[in-house]
Amino acid sequence: MSVIASAPAQDAAGTRGVSLELSGLHRSFGATHALAGFDLALAPGELVAMLGPSGCGKTTALRIVAGFDRPDLGAVSLDGVDLTPLPANKRDMGMVFQSYSLFPHLTAGQNVGYGPRLRKVSAAERDRQAEELLELVGMAGMAGRYPHQLSGGQQQRVALARALAVRPKVLLLDEPLSALDAKVRLQLRDEIRRIQQEFGITTLFVTHDQEEALSMADRVAVMRAGKLEQCAAPAELYDRPATAFVAQFVGTMNHLPGQVVGAAKVRVADRELPVDGACPAEGTEVNVLLRPESLDLEPAAEASAAGRPGEGQVMLATFLGATTRLTVRLGDGTEAKADLPSHRAVEFPVGSAVRLAPAPRPVLVVERG
Amino acid sequence: MTTISDTEPAAAVTTPARDKRGLGLRRVRWWRVVVLGVLAVYFLVPLASTFWFTLYTPGTHTFSLAPYGQMFSAQGFGTSVRMTVEIALVTIVILYLLLVPAMIAVQLRLPKLKPVLESLAMVPLVLSPVALVVGVQTVLGWGLDQDPGTPLFQLAADLQNQSFPLILPIVYVVIALPFAYRSLESGLRSVDLKTLVEASRGLGASWPVTIWRAVLPNLRSGLLSGAILTLALVFGEYTISSILQFLPFSVWIVQDGQGATSGQLAPAVSLLSLLLSWAVLFLVSFLGGRRAVGRPDRSS
Ligand SMILES: Nc1ncnc2c1ncn2[C@@H]1O[C@H](COP(=O)(O)OP(=O)(O)O)[C@@H](O)[C@H]1O
Ligand SMILES: [Mg+2]
Repeated sequence: MSVIASAPAQDAAGTRGVSLELSGLHRSFGATHALAGFDLALAPGELVAMLGPSGCGKTTALRIVAGFDRPDLGAVSLDGVDLTPLPANKRDMGMVFQSYSLFPHLTAGQNVGYGPRLRKVSAAERDRQAEELLELVGMAGMAGRYPHQLSGGQQQRVALARALAVRPKVLLLDEPLSALDAKVRLQLRDEIRRIQQEFGITTLFVTHDQEEALSMADRVAVMRAGKLEQCAAPAELYDRPATAFVAQFVGTMNHLPGQVVGAAKVRVADRELPVDGACPAEGTEVNVLLRPESLDLEPAAEASAAGRPGEGQVMLATFLGATTRLTVRLGDGTEAKADLPSHRAVEFPVGSAVRLAPAPRPVLVVERG
Repeated sequence: MTTISDTEPAAAVTTPARDKRGLGLRRVRWWRVVVLGVLAVYFLVPLASTFWFTLYTPGTHTFSLAPYGQMFSAQGFGTSVRMTVEIALVTIVILYLLLVPAMIAVQLRLPKLKPVLESLAMVPLVLSPVALVVGVQTVLGWGLDQDPGTPLFQLAADLQNQSFPLILPIVYVVIALPFAYRSLESGLRSVDLKTLVEASRGLGASWPVTIWRAVLPNLRSGLLSGAILTLALVFGEYTISSILQFLPFSVWIVQDGQGATSGQLAPAVSLLSLLLSWAVLFLVSFLGGRRAVGRPDRSS
């Protein structure tokens, strides 16, 4: 990897790893509040994934950072310097778009050289840089191809090289992989992460794919209706979601009927569990949120299958490799998913009567409405 | 053209059921021949007759290419051709300076105004050239009614300068608007303008540089076809220039070209200008087509 030694971002030492802050961003389109007070702070060199359902304002936030759109209220700053007065072409950000955005009239090499050319870099130097960057993104020797001669994945690789060629202070990626097929997506995901870490470049990565966010990012910012819901490291987000929305949006989540039985105690499937976070008053009917992997199963007596809480019948077994996901229908019709090690799952064939055994760990609850 | 070449691969792929297909194919070919034949008769016979007329002198039963030689020395030929070319170029420049920024701005910033711009651009289609020119004449008349030496008089006089009447490009811009708009519109529709512009701006390009380096190259085919249509329109336009009493190429052919021996000069000039237009058209679309397809792959 001799390429890395002379990678453009590195000889511009001053531009390495800046911090990025979005504070109090508001943006409305008519009656739609695309952003309603959005805050997010990125540490130097960090990759933060913005995750949220379609239409929650991710693209709007990214376009405001890039300078293509202006917030009604709020500010974006780099290393503490307010960017608001700067137009998009003075912000030094590299952007990769969701749709294919290469200039169709230029070759891959010329596309990569577009930014450097504006900065008066000589033609020979541009070609050399383009070759290097294209090699970095796995497109060695393709400098002469036109965009229409490249596959979707290749075009996004060139787009990444083009964004890196201007030695951006911040890299902005707006669902760059969503138009690609699954295999290419997985491959490129790893490569983007590798390159981002090699360059040490502060990166904001937008996605609606939670798996993508969790696997790539240092931290994941979950957005909902124009606001930040939670920003945390993937493991923390998964294990200790701050809100029910995050809990439901990230990973698979069971909603089991339960009742609050005391100060921060809930009764579910005939067991009492401590409640994490907000807990309604005693006696309230709630849904208890449980991950499939924190749900164990025990054999139950056939006769009582329909009656006692937390008992039901195995409806479906999905083999996932090391684990098997068992879908259980409870007496009241609720379905619960439990992930068991595959060698134990065979003890509960489809049709057998089982009792849910939630792990004795703090759980989140939401009021049943 | 496209329909013919489109049917070919389809026919080639469907090799099974050969007998039926063969019949179908033959029928298609037969119709093609008929359609092409009718078109050829319609277009080529008048041209061939014109050509014959310029060569053959019935009185003396002689053939001669003389009219083609005479035209270059005919009085006013060079002047009128040069004037027309200049008028066409100025028309294209004004047209694009007005239209390109307007269309890009509407596409990017004010998509709601698109129907307005579109209907405005189509208005000249329903405008009769005679009505237009009468209006223009009236307005120019007001200027000339002023006392000589006043700015308005001077402006009206300059607009009607016999060696380069600036009023003609101005009027032609209006007439050519629908054609140029349509050409550009189809060019704009084939690119994702917003993404191209944002990609370019994000890489550090100012607005003018973005238009020049990222947008215009991708509108090239639309710009070219609009320019060709405008050029053809200006070369063929007769009504307005003759009523305003200017002498561009089309008017010269009718007026002065007739005067020469046995009227053979005018058709000869017409034929030659037709050939020249074709040559320009082929050259331009050849250049445009080749660059759009792209240069061969450097890496292989
Ligand atoms: N230019 C615009 N005009 C009108 N509404 C817009 C515009 N851009 C975004 N929106 C609206 O703002 C909301 C957020 O959009 P967006 O940021 O694109 O969401 P995401 O990228 O998270 O899917 C959506 O409801 C969308 O319809
Ligand atoms: Mg989006």
